[in-house]
Amino acid sequence: MMNCKEANQLMSQELDRKLTWRELAALKFHVTLCDGCANARKQVSFIHHACKHAFGLEDEKK
Amino acid sequence: MTIDTSVLNALRPDMTRFAYLLLRDQHAVEDVIQETMLTAIEKQDGFKNKSSLKTWLFSILRNKTIDALRRGKREVNISTLSNDEDDGLEEVLFNHHGAWNMETKPNTWSNPDASFEQKQFWAVFDACLNHLPSQTSRIFMMREFLEFEVDDICKELNLSTSNCWVILHRARTKLRLCLDTKWFSGQGFQASRS
Ligand SMILES: [Zn+2]
Repeated sequence: MMNCKEANQLMSQELDRKLTWRELAALKFHVTLCDGCANARKQVSFIHHACKHAFGLEDEKK
Repeated sequence: MTIDTSVLNALRPDMTRFAYLLLRDQHAVEDVIQETMLTAIEKQDGFKNKSSLKTWLFSILRNKTIDALRRGKREVNISTLSNDEDDGLEEVLFNHHGAWNMETKPNTWSNPDASFEQKQFWAVFDACLNHLPSQTSRIFMMREFLEFEVDDICKELNLSTSNCWVILHRARTKLRLCLDTKWFSGQGFQASRS
């Protein structure tokens, strides 16, 4: 199983490129067993969304 | 249609925040805002209300900011980059097996999206962004705010793709830790919820 350090690198890269199915499967498997990484992945994805909301441009489209 | 300049001025604070996060220089920011306003007034016939005024203005601002970044230092100084960046962050977070250290294992952020509505949250968010080392921050902003593809950032700054991924990863990790301390586990979040 991949370790937390590697899982963290992939959860950042999944925001920048399409992971291979093998990488994605390994990441998904890791986060189902590791709540630290599951939380980290949610936090990193929250930051990504926050950047999209930061200037109220999303709200205007509604 | 004619755009009322008072409407443009109302959007100035958000535009200034945006430009400042990317350029971090008050003079450069003023220039970019000035150019954006002038372009908006010149091209107002092209604005047909298809998109909202703010979206339209931000697309001009985005281009002006990219120009300003290009006018400034074009290449990232690799030696400064490794100096500001190689701070042993991963050694602090993970043990020698690559598993979380007890104290650094991430906790749950409860209902984080509710923070978007809090003005105070955005002040903390900006502070965390401004706290990133400048080169890291620039690459992160190019990715998230200017919506560059990673390959284009690398080309623009003469970095390898894997280098870019590493830098973006560090930026996200630092932001995660900063928001965790300053907002989600700190006073700000508690106060804003009560
Ligand atoms: Zn893990």
